[in-house]
Amino acid sequence: MRNWGGSVVHFNWRHTHTHTVYGYVQSCYTPLVQRCYAHGGKLESDEEFDARWVTYFNKADIDAWELRKGMNTLIGYDLVPEPKILEAALRACRRLNDLASAIRILEAVKDKSGPHKKIYPYLIQELRPTLEELGISTPEELGMD
Amino acid sequence: MLHLTTGRVGCLLSKQAVVALTGSGARMSSHGHHEVSDSVDMSQPMYWDRLDTPLPDRPWKDVLDSTDKSLKQKEKGPWTALSKEEKIALYRLKFNHTYPEMKRPSHEWKTVIGGMFIFFGITGLVVFWQGHYVYPPQPPTFDEEWQAKQLQRMLDMRTNPIEGLSSQWDYKNKQWK
Repeated sequence: MRNWGGSVVHFNWRHTHTHTVYGYVQSCYTPLVQRCYAHGGKLESDEEFDARWVTYFNKADIDAWELRKGMNTLIGYDLVPEPKILEAALRACRRLNDLASAIRILEAVKDKSGPHKKIYPYLIQELRPTLEELGISTPEELGMD
Repeated sequence: MLHLTTGRVGCLLSKQAVVALTGSGARMSSHGHHEVSDSVDMSQPMYWDRLDTPLPDRPWKDVLDSTDKSLKQKEKGPWTALSKEEKIALYRLKFNHTYPEMKRPSHEWKTVIGGMFIFFGITGLVVFWQGHYVYPPQPPTFDEEWQAKQLQRMLDMRTNPIEGLSSQWDYKNKQWK
């Protein structure tokens, strides 16, 4: 499969580490995306990928187009974004005074998880401090599911 | 526009069958432009409800009345001050369908299967009518008596005696083996 950059993306899931929350074990699944550039560069690691996207959304004067473009591209990838990327995106929504897009982003990542039902609750759990700080309600809290 | 020329084929679809409703139909809700026909003005930013492209180029409601405008003003402040209804209202201003609404099942399959069977039925009637009115009379070679005599002749001349017809006939007892 191809992303916008024209590079080939290989995708496999991997069980990375477990979290202990409220006395029961919660596993988190992160995608192991191996991105190899079509022109033969080196593989970008997960951390580099995440850092790149966090930097993108953390731009202080990000505009609405950049937010849309970023989110649409990110959702186009064969992965569920890490909580830190989503946090940066939600904060970008806050800077743009756009609550609706923030809720839409949460809906989109839930849809991206597909049949893996544990991913979305994990993401919400990780994002909970940010959601409370910014006052973003989840679609479930608003009854939109 | 780049969106439509690529047709979003380059975007990834998630593993399960996800039906994304494209925004190619008329997307007009309080839109300022006066569009008479059903076709969409492609030179303007479009709205769409797509699972794989969450944020469309323009909001659902472009033309805001005064209550909407005051709500948008309130959105500039802390979101903790917004009530649930206000948050839902803000979402509905910007987006038409929620993701669950986009993924709602349709009853289209019943129409498809039903239409299929109707056409099978019509075809069946046509075939029956044709058999009755169009086909010439059946040749005499299909009559029972003729077929029996034909078979007897084939056995008499030992057709396919090794592995075929005559090998299955018991000539001594005049019956099939």
